[in-house]
Amino acid sequence: MNKIRAFESTYLFCLKILSGIIPVLGNKRPFMWFMVTSEKALKKPLFGCQMCGQCILHSTGMVCPMGCPKTLRNGPCGGVRSNGNCEIKPDMKCVWVRAWDNSTQMAVFSDSIKEIQPQLDHSLSGTSAWINDIGKKNDS
Amino acid sequence: MTPKPVSDLARRLEHGLFTVTAEVTLPDSIEKKALVERAQMLEPYCDAINITDSTGAVPHFSNIAAASILIENDIEPIIQFSCRDRNRIAVQADVIGAYAIGVRNIFCVTGDGVQTGDHPEAKPVFDLDSVTLLTTINHLKTRGKFLSGRELDDKPNLYLGAAVNPFVPPFEERALRLLKKHKAGASFFQTQYCFDIERFKSFLDRLLGLTKGAPPPLLVGVGPLRSARFARWLRENVPGIDVPEHVIEKIEKYPRKEQQKAGVEACIEIVDAVKTLTGVAGIHVMAYNWEASVSEIVKATGLSKPERDN
Ligand code: SF4
Repeated sequence: MNKIRAFESTYLFCLKILSGIIPVLGNKRPFMWFMVTSEKALKKPLFGCQMCGQCILHSTGMVCPMGCPKTLRNGPCGGVRSNGNCEIKPDMKCVWVRAWDNSTQMAVFSDSIKEIQPQLDHSLSGTSAWINDIGKKNDS
Repeated sequence: MTPKPVSDLARRLEHGLFTVTAEVTLPDSIEKKALVERAQMLEPYCDAINITDSTGAVPHFSNIAAASILIENDIEPIIQFSCRDRNRIAVQADVIGAYAIGVRNIFCVTGDGVQTGDHPEAKPVFDLDSVTLLTTINHLKTRGKFLSGRELDDKPNLYLGAAVNPFVPPFEERALRLLKKHKAGASFFQTQYCFDIERFKSFLDRLLGLTKGAPPPLLVGVGPLRSARFARWLRENVPGIDVPEHVIEKIEKYPRKEQQKAGVEACIEIVDAVKTLTGVAGIHVMAYNWEASVSEIVKATGLSKPERDN
């Protein structure tokens, strides 16, 4: 199994487990602390996570869109270089070129890259994306 | 009863009339005159004029002030909004202000990074991206409300557009991105400079396939190259513009003095090649600091106002 598929399966596994736990513990301070700490510890080294609090990794081929210097969350800008590198950082592959390539390899979420992502809520920066996401689904 | 089109641009595109738009180079001037003169050179040949938003991350004449001056002179503006300098508060405030002075066409772009311009030490905003810029303005338009839910006294009836760049990677994604922007509220599209006809055709095929042959109105971006040297500079230094080597070579064949003319001719050839393609609703001419060339291109391609409506 390739890396992207492995990440995707891990995401699905966590989703299952946490969907049971977060509705019960989601608003407890120690649990919040635990989630923020583990998200930071795992997602930072793996994806360059910046703790925006609204994780959409599974919709972007497991490439963090916050690594884009313009923090674009809905696809590449028009400035991508002809070699696929970033307009602003010429030595870096464009985040969205990677996201597009990777998302085609995903089993479940390959079409999610087409979805419109809402405006980022900057007030959630530094909080747990899992709690925000599952908590929100539970509220609505 | 179908609602009245909100602008002349909307009327033309909704009725499938071939449309020509052009970009005016905003002068570094503190007088209205410089802008009016340039816009008046374009006006006889196009249906609406794009006003950029400090393009290339270089401060230029304010887009809203420029729009107001064009409107005073009976010229229809397409005002560009980028995500680089305004957060969602400023965007919404400017949109309703622009509407009040008569702006109807708003064109949403991501915007170049500050590193591209002459103030690389500036703080880039990018609170929104081009898609959420569209959803934000579309929210004002369709609900008459700010994002916060606070209500306006009426809904600003706007015609929204967006950019598409079929000429840079990821190529496969570009048509999907156009459709995402369409879903987010964009009614018409203008492309980045087209120098690569084959690349454009493959993009168009994909778009036609995805939309069952009925894509939203798409205007092809074109422009003349002043010289082979300028073309190379453009390719190396302006992000998102790809000038294929064969186009440059065609211009390079001529001595320096004649290259300007060859550049206009190359542009005319491109317009002739794309104007009749299914799915092309018009052209968008960007002649940076060279407004005079627009009349030549439009006339030579048989796209002058009376001719093209016959
Ligand atoms: S080229 Fe890619 S990574 Fe760079 S700013 Fe544009 S979208 Fe972001």
